[in-house]
Amino acid sequence: MEAHNKSLYIYKNRKSYNVTVIAFLTILLVFVIFLSISFGSTKISLPAIFSALKERDTASKIYRIINYVRIPRTLAAVLAGSALSISGVILQSVLNNSLAGPSIIGVNSGAGLFAVLIAAFLPGSIYYTTIGAFLGAILSVLLVYFIARKTGASRMAIVLSGVAVSSFIGAMTDTVITLKPDAVMDRTAFIIGGFSGVTLDQMSLAGFCIIVAFALSLILSYDMNILALGDESAKSLGLNVGRIRFLYLILAAVLAGSAISFAGLLGFIGLIVPHVSRLLVGYDNRILLPVSALLGSTFTLFCDLLARVIFAPYEIPVGIIMSFLGGPFFIWLLLRRKRGQLYD
Amino acid sequence: MIRLINVTAGYDKVEIIKNIDLFFEEGTITTIIGKNGCGKTTLLKTASNLLKPFSGQITIKGKNISHIPNKELAKKLSFLPQLRSVPNITVYNLVMHGRYPYLGFTRTPQKRDRQIVEEAIESMNLDGYIHKNIQELSGGQRQKVYLAMTLAQNTDIIFLDEPTTYLDINHQLEILEIIKKLKHMGKTIVMVLHDLNNALSYSDKICLMENGRIAIYDMPQAVFESREIDRIFNISSTQVEAGDEGVKQYLFCLK
Repeated sequence: MEAHNKSLYIYKNRKSYNVTVIAFLTILLVFVIFLSISFGSTKISLPAIFSALKERDTASKIYRIINYVRIPRTLAAVLAGSALSISGVILQSVLNNSLAGPSIIGVNSGAGLFAVLIAAFLPGSIYYTTIGAFLGAILSVLLVYFIARKTGASRMAIVLSGVAVSSFIGAMTDTVITLKPDAVMDRTAFIIGGFSGVTLDQMSLAGFCIIVAFALSLILSYDMNILALGDESAKSLGLNVGRIRFLYLILAAVLAGSAISFAGLLGFIGLIVPHVSRLLVGYDNRILLPVSALLGSTFTLFCDLLARVIFAPYEIPVGIIMSFLGGPFFIWLLLRRKRGQLYD
Repeated sequence: MIRLINVTAGYDKVEIIKNIDLFFEEGTITTIIGKNGCGKTTLLKTASNLLKPFSGQITIKGKNISHIPNKELAKKLSFLPQLRSVPNITVYNLVMHGRYPYLGFTRTPQKRDRQIVEEAIESMNLDGYIHKNIQELSGGQRQKVYLAMTLAQNTDIIFLDEPTTYLDINHQLEILEIIKKLKHMGKTIVMVLHDLNNALSYSDKICLMENGRIAIYDMPQAVFESREIDRIFNISSTQVEAGDEGVKQYLFCLK
């Protein structure tokens, strides 16, 4: 009876805390969304935003800025931020590696190679770059997984295979750039990442993929908790470890690949946000995933806002702001951990 | 209860256990012993379906376990590995993981699941640690939490790989007493132990292995008297009676 009372008390306390965190982050995200629509080279007041959206006057400059520039940009930052963060949570949990991120399973290198190939052979086509980066991310992850599977698809095999494949694909990318130097300009913009000029059309497919992959991740979040027990314990509890790990890797690749396809290689979100979210709500993936999605969206949107307003009317790429904030945090994270604790 | 028929298994096409025929009886403790590398853990993993055999078959109550879906099998047998990840979660949440095979599509624990988890925690005397993170617990307490998880899984057959390794003598004996309690609850226990005295003292059956094969499978007294332990480990063993009740204990020394 004592155990029952204690567990009930802890369960209720924990639940109300989690609800409070989610509510707070949702309010914060909504607030930053309004800031993002309001601020930029042209400042638009809140009443003007509502008025423009209500009247829908296509001749109005304010409406056109909101509808064709600010909303797509805001939506892109929200989608990319949440997708990369969830991808990071999945990879860190599934690979049991606190320093894992989309780059560790070859997502970035695969997307980068295809972006360069498109820039070299189909110059000026943003649409093909989007599709190409997405396909590159998925194909490289499949390659990483199938190589790792030959050695049992253990967590370490996947990480090592990811490093090897990334290195090989990186060499291929450099070869293409050496032979076709014109591709460098497009590649640089892709590597830094950003939301400037993103259109709704450009991210419609990626957005759909992100929403579906996020929903599936939420459904499978408890299975991810079981996987954290280790392969043998998870299998003994009835989890199909090989299948579920493959599914998670694909979900992580779809999420990161989709985000990269319209936002470029945004560094550190997939690494930082899962760690901060864990500090807030702990390791239960059922709550960690939505919290990371909210926090990732807010952080990305906030960085994009800073990128637009710091040197307004000039804009600096959001990837630079993220790396300036993310780099020191990453170093702090490394220094905070004692030797031998990099793998939890 | 669980039967291995002419089972050969191993890793990467290398045979570790060969042509094993075994039958683990219902409601008993069977302990697998043998020298390092003789195939004890491989036998345990194969019997619990964690490792697919190269040949032969394993049956539970006459049914081939390879034909039983994962979750259904997880309701019949559980396996507690020697080396495990120690996730950053509370005792309650870890024990709740034992209910995974019973959870529906939404993975939401029902009242009955919570009740079983609370009972499992109470039966291991872990009430005071229910809200603790398992990373803060000692090795012995952690082992009890994992046994509580196994209890919450509510299977008839429990496989334990070296459940007392790395524990102090008090926790070793406590864990062995818990295992005995599980047997009295009707569970079939199959475990690997390195401590021969504990193996002979706590088991109903001993399975002594040598180079991937079974040297002898019998009751502890018969195994002791066969002198196979002395031959395989290259030691001399003696049986003594200890305490007022004359409990049989075993002493070992190098030849």
